[in-house]
Amino acid sequence: MAVTVKLHRPTREVSVDGPVKVRELCQQLGLNTESVLVIRGDELVPRDGVLADGDSVEIRPVISGGAA
Amino acid sequence: MAVNCRRCREAPAVIDIPHHQLSLCAPCFLKHCRDQVQRTIDAHKMLEPGERCLVAVSGGKDSLAVWDILLDLGYPADGVYLGLGIGEYSDASAERARGFAAKRGARLIEVDLATELGFTIPEARGAGRSSCSACGLSKRHLLNRVAVENGYRVLVTGHNLDDEVAVLFGNVMRWDLPYLARQYPTLPEREGFARRVKPLVRLSERETAAYCVIRGIDYIIDECPMAVGNKHLMYKELINALEEKQPGAKYHFFLGFLDRVHPRLEDVGEEDRAGLRPCVRCGSPTIAEVCAFCRLADRSRNKKARRRKRQRVAEEEAPGVPAGPGPSHPEPAGGSRAPHR
Repeated sequence: MAVTVKLHRPTREVSVDGPVKVRELCQQLGLNTESVLVIRGDELVPRDGVLADGDSVEIRPVISGGAA
Repeated sequence: MAVNCRRCREAPAVIDIPHHQLSLCAPCFLKHCRDQVQRTIDAHKMLEPGERCLVAVSGGKDSLAVWDILLDLGYPADGVYLGLGIGEYSDASAERARGFAAKRGARLIEVDLATELGFTIPEARGAGRSSCSACGLSKRHLLNRVAVENGYRVLVTGHNLDDEVAVLFGNVMRWDLPYLARQYPTLPEREGFARRVKPLVRLSERETAAYCVIRGIDYIIDECPMAVGNKHLMYKELINALEEKQPGAKYHFFLGFLDRVHPRLEDVGEEDRAGLRPCVRCGSPTIAEVCAFCRLADRSRNKKARRRKRQRVAEEEAPGVPAGPGPSHPEPAGGSRAPHR
């Protein structure tokens, strides 16, 4: 069992050993925590939240080119 | 062990906001977002209580978040969606805008760029500007026209803190004083122009995205295919690298500019405005005889006409052989985004 992580741009899936804090997961994947949200089911997980083996999460980028 | 919300101290926190030293549960976070927006509206005299306004909606997180918050704060806010003609990306964006309007029972005005102006954004690419620059210029022009023609005195855009910081960073890197003088959350109403306001400037992109996730707002996650590699996105990545090491950097950079630098640029702003005159074609303020938008529109239509002519010639010479990709096949832009708004 591991943490299953769905990533965007490009869409892909990776597995990471748990338990792991969101901040550490992002570090392992080379992602800036200010540029993404981590979502488990339909709930946000804060940077100090812990992900356990068996969890499935989405790491969603928040940066966009502009608005309107 | 889960951290509890710093406000209510009852529910577990779902988001941390280091620059406010806050960790909040979902209901307290939604209240935080609404409070920040109301505070911005009041501080920059954006809207009178209950004033009718038109929100520029792209189907992305920011425009849908600001529309949702304004409705919840009691502002009669309608939306306007511009179809930019960027293939499947535009189709998916439009679906999000329509879906939100239907869910909230709000009015959505839809305008098609090709119908109104005679060209799409992919067709404007290469007409003397990058795609993002042509897109921004066209949107500013057309959104104002739609607002004025439909009797709205206020046009709301979803520019967030990160957008404003990236623009400010670009303007500072070039020490472009006229652009710095124009960067402000409220641009006043004047003849032929609706007031333009940006109520999200105190909320980061991470906050507006989190707002949409918590509220269950379906927004387009994919980036515009034409914005790939633009300078604006590069600035945001750079600034977020700083923000992660130094929480609050973005917030203090932008709010410090508004409080301490912008008031000192009044002379520059006045000088800049003194050189403006109405465009002979559309009446927009410009320093030239014909404004940048009208010149872009001319070049884009001419480019489209030349492409059609080449296709006709190719088809006549080799019937049945495709003459190349049509205008609905966007390619990634390599150019820069104009750093001003």
